[in-house]
Amino acid sequence: MTALAVDNLCKHFGGLRVTTNVNLTVEPGERRLIIGPNGAGKTTLFNLITGEIAPDSGSIRLFGRDVTRVSSHRRPHLGLARTYQIITLFANDSILRNVTLALLGLSPLRWSLFKDLEQQQAVIERAHAALARVGLGNIADRPLSQTSYGERRRVEIAMALAQDPKVLLLDEPFAGLSIDERRDVRQLLNAIPREVTVVMIEHNMDVALDWAERITLLHFGEVIVEGTRAEVVANPRTREVYLGH
Amino acid sequence: MSARLRYGAIVVALALLATLPLWMGNSYYINITSQILLFAVFALALNVLVGYAGLVSLGHAGLFAVAGYSGALLLQAGFDHLTATAAAIGITLVASAIFAALSLRSTGIGFLMITLALGQIVWGVAYRWASLTNGDNGVNVSTRPAPFGVSLAGATSFYFATLIVFLLALLTMAIFVRSPFGASLRGTRDQARRMTALGYNVWLIRFLAIVFSGFWTGVSGLLFIYYNQFISPQVAALTSSAEVLLMVISGGTATLFGPIAGAAIVVIMKNVVSAYIERWNLVLGVIFVLIITFMPEGLVPGSVRLLRWLWQTLQSRSGASATRPSEELKP
Repeated sequence: MTALAVDNLCKHFGGLRVTTNVNLTVEPGERRLIIGPNGAGKTTLFNLITGEIAPDSGSIRLFGRDVTRVSSHRRPHLGLARTYQIITLFANDSILRNVTLALLGLSPLRWSLFKDLEQQQAVIERAHAALARVGLGNIADRPLSQTSYGERRRVEIAMALAQDPKVLLLDEPFAGLSIDERRDVRQLLNAIPREVTVVMIEHNMDVALDWAERITLLHFGEVIVEGTRAEVVANPRTREVYLGH
Repeated sequence: MSARLRYGAIVVALALLATLPLWMGNSYYINITSQILLFAVFALALNVLVGYAGLVSLGHAGLFAVAGYSGALLLQAGFDHLTATAAAIGITLVASAIFAALSLRSTGIGFLMITLALGQIVWGVAYRWASLTNGDNGVNVSTRPAPFGVSLAGATSFYFATLIVFLLALLTMAIFVRSPFGASLRGTRDQARRMTALGYNVWLIRFLAIVFSGFWTGVSGLLFIYYNQFISPQVAALTSSAEVLLMVISGGTATLFGPIAGAAIVVIMKNVVSAYIERWNLVLGVIFVLIITFMPEGLVPGSVRLLRWLWQTLQSRSGASATRPSEELKP
């Protein structure tokens, strides 16, 4: 059964067609890279998959289940997690609280009015474990406002991984990172277990090329080329629309 | 130091409140304190929305009046106190749910405008639907209840009843702030989009917060009619909604004690200062301008900041440690 199947998806904003008949089939455990120049509709595709915006037509299936009409906040409960290109964290809270909120999101505990969150050892231990996984275990209690950009990127990834997703959508996880930080994040991604299906958007093709097993090239909202790494790199249309010459 | 100071201050405040009728003597001032406490419950309730949910309501006096009018009319119809108050709270919860369902179609300014309109509808009903609400003449509440055989007719006994309700409200708020639900609500205030992507039903969380706020608003509305033994459309007016919002903002949003300080300022201005200065509204305005200018975060957090700065300055003056003094003065 395919992990993520996008079928004939369309979305337009006014006269601008941002997603045109997009088909995408990602197998369980696959590492899929979605590339494309600015404005190709990569992030819009993620927003459609997570349900943040509704498609005009087409369908989205997660492990065979049609989720096209499932509301956005239910989809994480079905095993879908994402990170954001523009870091979207809780700036007034500690790193630990950020990850705790990610864990709480899938727990019935989030409705509890009569418990002390600080006393929920099980959740807090899991948050610590998730932070240790991304190498932030030693600064868990630091306020987010006192962290570096690279650390915030890793908090984003820790929050997504903490939810034990079946399908993980990474929106440009390397954006704005230094070479050293990129290497760290890269190691992090390599350590993600195979049970997790990962779809990554990357604007800069070189960064994640050797990470991907299959690559989808988007251009003006359409899938132009799709195939293995070698196929896509060798395809003349890739050179034409993406590499620019 | 600061944790012990905080506990010390709370113990002193509790002791002062518990013994107030002994040293205050004058029943007029005891009544003023009751009024402060009941409006503090109102402000604490609104703070759930303004402070923790990031939803600014300008129609909360509407919910306050729904509770007050329901209670007063049911009592007038001959129901006993327990039935009337329980039913009034029930009606207020339903009204809050309706308020929530309508106003949560938007956030920010849109939310504010819808709550404003809903509050005006309640005012309109109270003012114009005279066959039900007696219009501008208002509704009298002839007696105060006597829970467990203790009559609340006197200023002192009513003060203690109000104090108990106030402390219950404060305790509930303290638990709420530390609870997972409180953390969820603050999350929807700070990053609603992210919360949805993490699996939170943002709409439902906000809805429940409004109903929770509505519950304590209703409780304060009932305290109000028992205190005044009268309710009129003025209670539901826009100025009442604005007043309680000012209590929350001037005291300090998203803090436990800010709304209480705000309630104290407004009530004292209205009742005490107005006896000496005819244009007390002007004094109130000046005080708000001063608060916004020098303590934009509100009176309580602002005072804490000033005291901490003062403390550090004094310590560095006294010699030993060279701490950074003025850094925290910036708002």
